[in-house]
Amino acid sequence: MQTAKTLKEYRKELRESLDNEFLREAMDKFATAYPVGRANAFRGLDEKALIAEVADAKDAAARNMDGLFAQFKAEAEKRGVKVHMAKDADEANEIIARIAKNANCKKIVKSKSMTAEETLLNHRLEEDGLEVIETDLGEWIIQLRHEGPTHMVMPAIHLSRYQVADLFSEVTKQKQEVDIQRLVKVARRELRQHFATADMGISGANFAIAESGTIGLVTNEGNGRLVTTLPRVHVALCGLDKLTPSLNDALKTLRVLPRNATGQIITSYVTWITGANECKAAADEKKEMHIVFLDNGRRALAQDPLFSQVMRCVRCGACANVCPVYRLVGGHKMGHIYIGAIGLILTYFFHGKDKARNLVQNCINCEACKSICAGGIDLPRLIKEIRARISEEDGAPVEATLLGKVMKNRKLFHTLLRFGKYAQKPVTGGTPYLRHLPQIFMKEHGFRALPAIADRAFRDDWETIRPRVADAKLRVGLFSGCVQDFVYPEQMKAAVKVLASRGVDMEFPMDQSCCGLPVQMMAERQATIDVARQNVMAFDAARYDYILTLCASCASHLKEGYPKILAGQPDMTGKVKLFASKVIDFSSFVHDVLGMTADDFKGKGEKVAYHASCHLCRGLGVVEQPRALIASSGSEYCQAQEEAVCCGFGTVQGTAGQEAEQRRSHRRHPHGGRLPRLHHADPRRRGKARQPHEGRPYRRTAGRKPEVGMRPDAQ
Amino acid sequence: MSATNDLARLMREKAEAVAATVVELKDLKEAFAYVLDVCDKKEACQLLVSGCEEKLSDKAEALCETKQEKVVAAPNLSDKEYATFSALCAKRGVKCIRDGLRGHLAGIDIGVAHADMGIAETGTCVIDSTSEELRLSSMISEIHMAILPKSRIRATAFDAEREVNALINTGTPRYTAFITGASRTADIERVLAIGVHGPLELHILMLED
Repeated sequence: MQTAKTLKEYRKELRESLDNEFLREAMDKFATAYPVGRANAFRGLDEKALIAEVADAKDAAARNMDGLFAQFKAEAEKRGVKVHMAKDADEANEIIARIAKNANCKKIVKSKSMTAEETLLNHRLEEDGLEVIETDLGEWIIQLRHEGPTHMVMPAIHLSRYQVADLFSEVTKQKQEVDIQRLVKVARRELRQHFATADMGISGANFAIAESGTIGLVTNEGNGRLVTTLPRVHVALCGLDKLTPSLNDALKTLRVLPRNATGQIITSYVTWITGANECKAAADEKKEMHIVFLDNGRRALAQDPLFSQVMRCVRCGACANVCPVYRLVGGHKMGHIYIGAIGLILTYFFHGKDKARNLVQNCINCEACKSICAGGIDLPRLIKEIRARISEEDGAPVEATLLGKVMKNRKLFHTLLRFGKYAQKPVTGGTPYLRHLPQIFMKEHGFRALPAIADRAFRDDWETIRPRVADAKLRVGLFSGCVQDFVYPEQMKAAVKVLASRGVDMEFPMDQSCCGLPVQMMAERQATIDVARQNVMAFDAARYDYILTLCASCASHLKEGYPKILAGQPDMTGKVKLFASKVIDFSSFVHDVLGMTADDFKGKGEKVAYHASCHLCRGLGVVEQPRALIASSGSEYCQAQEEAVCCGFGTVQGTAGQEAEQRRSHRRHPHGGRLPRLHHADPRRRGKARQPHEGRPYRRTAGRKPEVGMRPDAQ
Repeated sequence: MSATNDLARLMREKAEAVAATVVELKDLKEAFAYVLDVCDKKEACQLLVSGCEEKLSDKAEALCETKQEKVVAAPNLSDKEYATFSALCAKRGVKCIRDGLRGHLAGIDIGVAHADMGIAETGTCVIDSTSEELRLSSMISEIHMAILPKSRIRATAFDAEREVNALINTGTPRYTAFITGASRTADIERVLAIGVHGPLELHILMLED
């Protein structure tokens, strides 16, 4: 739960999480195991098609939420269930407390429900003197520790067996051994007696099927079955987003949910409860059953043109599983009650701006979550939007506003970058690394060495180096982006040589500016729009076969981001569509369009590791081309572990990432040794990849002749 | 017939992948014999229900002490089937019940039930559990056995959808279970542990029709 009042306090908490060795190790193990399990579970299936089916079904259900509720209520009540609607968390808790009171309940057993966590139901029931026992093993453990979950599916992932053994020793008043299998058996026995003596069972619901008034529960432990069977009263608390018209839609979600959550094809138990069933503990041998639907902002969200997709969330927790920031700091810091990328969003809507303000700063826009979301939710985009909303409501921090103002004025921005090459001297100490970007922009990454501003920007040399290509086959507009223009101009120049030698005529429109992704990440909405407009106007897209950029982040922002950013600008609709359609990254251009082969390279047969940049492999979906280029260059591509996990460059914009950067986990190179903390693996450093300076992006040594086609992509 | 066998093969593969035991038997008679063989093989020390060998709180210990003999439950056998089965149990000195499961919450040794359907692609047994006795027998038994005629195996959940709907949506209260493997958890350090609440083993007894 978020208790930090200020960003400073929050940063302190982050540092504490980062210093928790057990947590870091557990998270690292999980982060490397999860993708393997998930891939196995989806093998042989068209994953994208299954996700699209879930998204379509959930979208349709969200549009008809009120209709489905009415139908569900009618069907369930026909079968002896009382159906309630709670407008918010307090009302849901009151309803359930009243049910307990009216039925004279004393002891309650609960199976896992994130919705009950959302409403803080246990607190309310305990106020009434009720004994509430969580029966999911992980939930029971954290309940005994008075903690919230750190993961939606694995609530106690932050705890060690030693901590659990100590806890169970207290509970049983017997010294327990540190043996997971035996500890689980202890829990089995201790919880069984609670099932046997409880008056009320509380469950959540993964599905609420309107046509039959059925709820579906997806569990592994089987506690959900005992909770819904043994006590004489059953209350299910269910978000309105769980409504679905038919069994068919529920089965579609069921195909993705366990695969995405835990890499299981299906969970041990899927339980379909229709109506008030037989219960021999009740006076009339019939269960008293209630289903409480929770609105808490869901009905409004379902109508929101952009945010309605949040209703597709099936609570699988996968967006946390792949999040590099979650991996570093764990769920207590990467969420309030809901965890992970979706947690940042749900916290804003369910628990308010104050709880969400610091959390949303964590996203580093690596798009890992978007690529695996069971509902295909565009999580990074929604987080950026929430940042912008909070920034507009609160007023942006000085740095963001200033950067936004500067960025709107291309000449001023570029003048400052040029000025940076003088201003940086005292901090680079003559090395080609810069310790700070011009300090007025950002102040919180003093630990990080960024490459220094080059002596001459690419744009300053363009007119002198511009090749005259006779009988050009293609005409390309070059978009440099800030980094290639001002930091790595030699890469642009190398690319120009390659293209010219293959009959490509090039232009470099001088009015182009920063792509605008940094200002978007800093929630400067107007500057984001202004810069996008400026760049689209700078390029007469109709003149070019392609608009080429070496920077994958720019490419992804220009191609995927601009049409959304400029959607509200009628005068730009046609222009931005044409512009975006022409944007291409360097690898795809060289491999797919120019069709370069082994004959074009001076192959030396070295081993090359590759780091797939977030915005190339996920933002643009370009996966094969860079690897194919390595192979056609005559080198051997060696797969490195976790080669598509975010390098952390985006942490310039992420709070937790900034704190974490110094403590980054050590990823292993396949042939032993550590995978470098590369900005990007650079094929120029062949064999066992090395890093010139710890934590510093690689920079080509001055004076060395650039070799052609060696850097398949850059971010 | 070969399609049936293909489904049975897939069902076996997927169920075994989640550590279920799958046996192929000729008929119900063989199935009953199998149940009792497994029951016999449970060691004497396993008279104690799972977990009761651990150091427990007084209340948990008290519930353990309520189990005194080997118990097998078979709530959804027909009257005729039950008569045959309970007679076999009596011969082997095993207590056989079909109701009153609430009196055995400490645990029973084996719960055996007819399954309504199998779903091959996930190795799942579909069991209409509307009867509370059947529900409990599949929850508090240490070994759960599902009797599944091969002809009742469907390829996917979608192939079984119409029949599942017929179980779920009858206009009256229903409790329908998809059961795939044993009760499991990975909540402590993500280490897999079997039998946290429910059965420690699931046996699927596939019958020729």
